[in-house]
This record gives sequence, C-alpha cells and structure tokens, in this order.
Amino acid sequence: MEKINVIMTVNGKEETLSVEPRTLLVHALREHLDYTGAHIGCSSSHCGACTIDMNGKSVKSCTVFAPQAEGSEILTVEGIGSPDKLHAIQEMFKEHHGLQCGYCTPGMIMRSYRFLQENPNPTEEEVRFGISGNLCRCTGYQNIVKSIMAAADKIRDEANVEKKEIA
Amino acid sequence: MIPSAFTFYKPENIEKAVSLMVDFGDEARVIAGGHSLIPVMKQRLTDIKHLIDLSGINEIKGIEITDNRISIGAMTTQVELINNEELFKKAPIIREASLQIADPQVRNLGTIGGNVANGDPANDMPGLMQLLDATYKLSGSKGVRDVKAREFYEGAYFTVREDDEILISISFEAPSGGYAYEKQKRKIGDYATAAAGVILKVENNMCSSASIALTNLSDTPVYCNKAVDIILGKEIDNNILTQVTEACVEQSDPVADQRGPVEFKKYVAGIVIKKALTRAIERT
Ligand SMILES: Cc1cc2nc3c(=O)[nH]c(=O)nc-3n(C[C@H](O)[C@H](O)[C@H](O)COP(=O)(O)OP(=O)(O)OC[C@H]3O[C@@H](n4cnc5c(N)ncnc54)[C@H](O)[C@@H]3O)c2cc1C
Repeated sequence: MEKINVIMTVNGKEETLSVEPRTLLVHALREHLDYTGAHIGCSSSHCGACTIDMNGKSVKSCTVFAPQAEGSEILTVEGIGSPDKLHAIQEMFKEHHGLQCGYCTPGMIMRSYRFLQENPNPTEEEVRFGISGNLCRCTGYQNIVKSIMAAADKIRDEANVEKKEIA
Repeated sequence: MIPSAFTFYKPENIEKAVSLMVDFGDEARVIAGGHSLIPVMKQRLTDIKHLIDLSGINEIKGIEITDNRISIGAMTTQVELINNEELFKKAPIIREASLQIADPQVRNLGTIGGNVANGDPANDMPGLMQLLDATYKLSGSKGVRDVKAREFYEGAYFTVREDDEILISISFEAPSGGYAYEKQKRKIGDYATAAAGVILKVENNMCSSASIALTNLSDTPVYCNKAVDIILGKEIDNNILTQVTEACVEQSDPVADQRGPVEFKKYVAGIVIKKALTRAIERT
C-alpha cells in the first residue's frame, strides 16, 4: 500500500513521517520516532497503557490512525520530564510507589498530567473517575491514587511559590 | 492488531464527502472518532478500502441552541456535550448519560454522530434519542432529509441510512420535567447490561407527559410506547410504577451474551427502569 506523509509536532519537535494510512498512532510513535513510552497493552482501547496527550486531550493512541493526527500537537511521557529532571507527577509516583511492574505507568502518568490540568484540586473519588480509562493489574490502584493526590499538592505548592516570587 | 490496508481521505466539506461515498460505494466508510470503527477494523470484521475522515468538516461540529430547539453537529464529541453549560441547563440528561459512556479518553474522541449512526444496540445515545424524540439530518447524493430517531433503527447495525448518506446533525426540543438515565454495567468503560432513560412531568400528582426508552435490551433501542400510554394521566403511586415497569420489560427483547442470560437481563431491566422512574419523579 502506498505511503503518505503525515506531519505532527511530537514533544515540541515537528516530525514528518512516511507511513501507510493504516498505521496506528502508537506504532508511529514507537517504531517510526522511537518514543517507546506509550505502551501497547490490550490494543483495543480498554487498558489505557498507550495514553498520550493529543491537542491538549488524553487519548488512547492505539485507537487513532496516524493520518488522523495530521497537524496535531502530541505529548508523550518522554516530553514531560527526564531522568535528571522528573515532572512532579513522576516524582510522586516514585516517592509513593505508584507502580509495581510499571507497564501501565506511562499511560497513568500521561492521563494524570492532563487530568490535573482539568482538575487541579481533585478529591480522591474524582481522581479514581479521572483515571477510570487506565487499568493497572498490580497495585490495586491504592498507591496510584496516593501518588496523584500528592502530585496535585506539589503542583499547587510550586504554582504558589512561583506566584510569590513574581509578586 | 493491524487492520487491512485502505486509502485515506479528509474532505473539507459535506459535498466532497458525499461524492467520495458515491464514487466508492460500499467499499468506503466514514470515520468520526473511530472508537467503534477502529476496533472492528483491527479485528478485520469489516473490509474497508477507502476511509473518509469527517474531522475536517467544520460545518458538522458544535452545539446550537435557539430558544428551546437544540441542534448538535454530528462531529461533536462526547466530552464537548458534557462540558457545554448551556446544553446542561437545557437538557441535563445529555450530561448524565454521556458521563456513563466509556471512559475519559474514549469520550475525548467519540462523537454523538458516530454513536447514533453506528447502529450498535449497546450504544447509549440511540436510546437517549428515542427518549428525546430527536430528528436526524442526513445528507446524501439525493439531497438532505430528516429522519426521526424513532424510525431510524431497523436491527443490530442496520439503519435506514443509505450507503452514501452522512449524518450531519441531531436536533430535539429541550425537554422539561424530571429526568434520569440509569445504566447497569459490569465496570466503568463497559457497555450496558441494561439501561433505561425516563423524562416525565407530574402536575397535581398526575403524570402529564412522559417518555421512556431502553438501551441494549433489544436489537434496536426501544421506545416504550405502551408504558407511556399506561402512565399518562395517572396518579403516581407504587402500583402504577410497577405496571409501567412491567410494560417496559415486556417490550424488551434482550439476547444472552457475556453480560448474562435473558432472564438476568430482564431482571436487571426491571431494576434500572424502576430506579430511573423513581429518580425522574424525585426531580420533577
Ligand atoms: C473501551 C470502549 C468503551 C465504550 N463504551 C461505550 C459505552 O458504554 N456506551 C456507548 O454508547 N459507547 C461506548 N463506546 C463507543 C464510543 O462511544 C464510540 O466512540 C461511539 O460509539 C462511536 O463514535 P465515534 O465517533 O468513535 O464513531 P466511529 O467509530 O468513527 O464510527 C462508528 C460508525 O458510525 C459511522 N459514522 C460515524 N459518523 C457518521 C456520520 N456522521 N454519518 C454516518 N455514519 C457515521 C462510521 O462509518 C462507523 O460505521 C465505547 C468504546 C470503547 C473503545
């Protein structure tokens, strides 16, 4: 099948990909651009391990064809922090042990990243509803919820410090 | 899982989309949010040679409210329905039902048009549209026509939509009275084992208007006309609610599947119908 060009911005960098139209976004990211953060779990849009940010919304990248993402802004877990400068959410997942095997973690983190912008001051129940599209078969969610609640606090604290510094 | 190969088109208006549908006939399919279509393409349950993406057509996006008439473009996403405050004021049942569909990521891409056009009896919006007595606007090679939601569904995945027709919008009168959409599912993100919607008005303890519909309890969504006839003009008491519930269950025709045998589904149907009736009455 003929390949087509798809242009998108991934983690701040414009990328041009030559793909078959049937290429799924998660494969485009992992195999063409080497962003292996988005994981393939169920490949049927249930588990959320492939969750990324597309145009400011959480989506499951296993259920988007690459050409549907033409012109979009994509953010993967590689784009929000790095090993020497973790994002507050990554730090809190580490501190509160919000993972066991780690397979669902990039999806959990990317969903939390967007969820905490939609709702910076959530209740525990809102966190659970907010991550209801992400499955974890190890933790029983307890520590994941704890990590996200702690990340919400930390992000709010950081924002307050910034505000004070500006004032 | 990788679907079979196809060519991809992204027309910027309805005319172009329709003409592609005419050119390619049943080898073409439109894609909206893709969250019903892509999973079946991956399982290779359908063979599509030409995929027509509707996301570039701005004229079929967004929510318009004039007085009490609500019109929703087919490409409006479920999350847009949930977040629209004007729509919530006029028809709060849309938010209540939409929040029970799938999960946040799916609702970010899934559209109202894809949900109602799909023809899957498990989809929640078709039942909701029976309840609201909505009208679907379709555009095809023979022009534009309106079809009542109550006349749209013929069987599982069979609707009166012609192959070259595209659903462009859905419209209905803002409902008044109490409302409820009750859905029993095995977990968040699952389709209904049974779901029921109710909108009704009670004046001087008498039911002055009513609408009742069911999801995933037959091969099409069910509008419970018999139950509506029973409740209209009656005083609301336990006896009448039991009669109405029984009439709804009578009109249902579920099939056994991984969500349970027929007897169980009818039993659950009775529960969600009673719950929806009770909550709708509380809200009048
Ligand atoms: C994990 C998961 C859980 C889900 N749970 C639920 C649930 O609980 N309840 C529920 O209702 N749904 C559920 N869904 C389905 C979801 O809501 C879909 O998004 C929706 O059914 C279809 O909308 P779409 O925009 O994704 O359509 P698509 O998948 O793009 O299209 C669906 C079908 O409709 C046709 N179509 C789309 N738009 C038009 C149009 N404008 N005119 C003509 N034909 C059109 C397509 O050709 C296709 O055949 C779930 C999906 C997933 C993946």
